[in-house]
Amino acid sequence: MKTTTDVIVIGSGIIGSATAYYLAKNGVDVIVLEKDATIGNGSSSRNGGGVRQSGRDVRELPLAMYGVKNLWPSLSEELGMNVEYHQDGNLRLGKTEAHLAKLKQLADNASAVGLDVKMIDGEEIKKICPYMSDEVIGASWCPTDGHANPLLATLAYYRKARQLGVQYYSSVTVEKLGLVRGKVRKVITSEGTFETEMVVVAAGIGSRPILNSVGIDIPMNPKIADTIVTEAQAPMFWQMLGTAAADFYGHQTEHGSFVFGGGSGHETYAKNPEQMYSTSITASYICRAIGGYFPALNDTKIVRTWAGCHDICSDGVPVIDRIDELEGLVAGCGFSGHGFGIAPSAALVLSELAMGKKASIDISGLRYNRFKAKA
Amino acid sequence: MEKLQDRFADIGEFIPQQDDDVIVCRCEEITKGEIRKAVHEGIFTIGEMRRYLRNGMGLCQGQTCGKMVKGIMARELGIRPMDLTPATARAPMRPMEMKILANDRSGD
Ligand SMILES: Cc1cc2nc3c(=O)[nH]c(=O)nc-3n(C[C@H](O)[C@H](O)[C@H](O)COP(=O)(O)OP(=O)(O)OC[C@H]3O[C@@H](n4cnc5c(N)ncnc54)[C@H](O)[C@@H]3O)c2cc1C
Repeated sequence: MKTTTDVIVIGSGIIGSATAYYLAKNGVDVIVLEKDATIGNGSSSRNGGGVRQSGRDVRELPLAMYGVKNLWPSLSEELGMNVEYHQDGNLRLGKTEAHLAKLKQLADNASAVGLDVKMIDGEEIKKICPYMSDEVIGASWCPTDGHANPLLATLAYYRKARQLGVQYYSSVTVEKLGLVRGKVRKVITSEGTFETEMVVVAAGIGSRPILNSVGIDIPMNPKIADTIVTEAQAPMFWQMLGTAAADFYGHQTEHGSFVFGGGSGHETYAKNPEQMYSTSITASYICRAIGGYFPALNDTKIVRTWAGCHDICSDGVPVIDRIDELEGLVAGCGFSGHGFGIAPSAALVLSELAMGKKASIDISGLRYNRFKAKA
Repeated sequence: MEKLQDRFADIGEFIPQQDDDVIVCRCEEITKGEIRKAVHEGIFTIGEMRRYLRNGMGLCQGQTCGKMVKGIMARELGIRPMDLTPATARAPMRPMEMKILANDRSGD
């Protein structure tokens, strides 16, 4: 077994696998360690596939905008596999005046930092998506947003990284990191000790105890998130959808099925969220919500439901940073339920940090030491 | 947790077989050859295979082809079928209209 390398990436989700890919592309020798038997079995293979800039916190907007402009459009070609990227816009829907006020606030914030997003009325919405219920009176519209297939995107990064020689081990749990003369040099696992010059922690919610083992704590909690998928339908629309009420989001896939997610309101208190069991009330709630926006889907059948576990940072955006106090440690975690769309650019930056370079995208709002007591 | 898996484990070359064009997953029309080839591209578990090719993700949710896919993958990997963990069973048991699944509260 190979146990020594330049960089060890912990976690084989889209963040870890894409980081490994960008490192290997630069000739760096990489080992990826994954706790699960299956590659990408965490959030990366359970998410809604939204590749959104609109509605994002301005601190992660540079990553979102960079990815949409420079990475997503050519990703299928680069990885040699169709990741089903569609750039047909995002509609965030509103049914009440209060919804519209909330959407306008978000749109104004994003416009102020250069994103093309504007408010449109019910009639304009129907021109973009004719299936919409009359209850929808307005929306924010971001034409450069879109979606991709998370299952394929995650495996495409894995496959390409592996082709470039990245050594993956699955069913190996990282227990802690080890220091040699004050530098992170060892990764201690269920299968023995690995040695490296640099560790990238991209283990989702599992990142917290790993970082704790060398005295670094990032305040984040697990939170369950439910998702449903329908049988295949003839193509209806390609927009990514969300709502001001946050009752559902989703899109139609290339396969024809619709993937929808949403929350019943009790997510923060779900039992054992890290086991990723579907909750009993949420699938029904999501179906009810969708009926209020797309009555045309009422007779469409749900074939499967599942859940994922978010890694929610206390201020809702991830940590993407090099750790100052310890040489040889980079963290990319706490994506807080919206790390898929920014995964390519986040991973590109993580690879730069791991190579000792300066980040080429602005991540100044995503530092690990930003968590201070309230004023 | 299962046994440590080296993703560069030597499983030999992909050798085309005569019945590679036989459809194994009828819902999503996935062939034996596609499944065998995917194993050589690093797709080593049932969960990965379903996400990679969509086998077992259609209307019957793999109730028809699940065992066959497992057998084909095990042979390709040189392991026993019982060493491959089956796919997680997921609700609902049968495909269900959204308006019916939505109707889980009495008095609505
Ligand atoms: C239902 C749902 C819907 C979502 N919808 C969207 C969306 O529409 N748009 C969007 O942008 N984002 C969305 N997200 C968020 C997005 O999926 C995640 O932010 C993203 O996938 C994070 O990737 P990751 O690689 O950091 O995490 P993960 O994919 O969870 O990967 C972490 C990996 O680390 C492994 N690991 C953990 N501990 C250890 C250990 N000790 N040793 C070794 N390995 C370990 C885990 O097994 C896992 O494979 C959604 C998430 C969910 C759950």
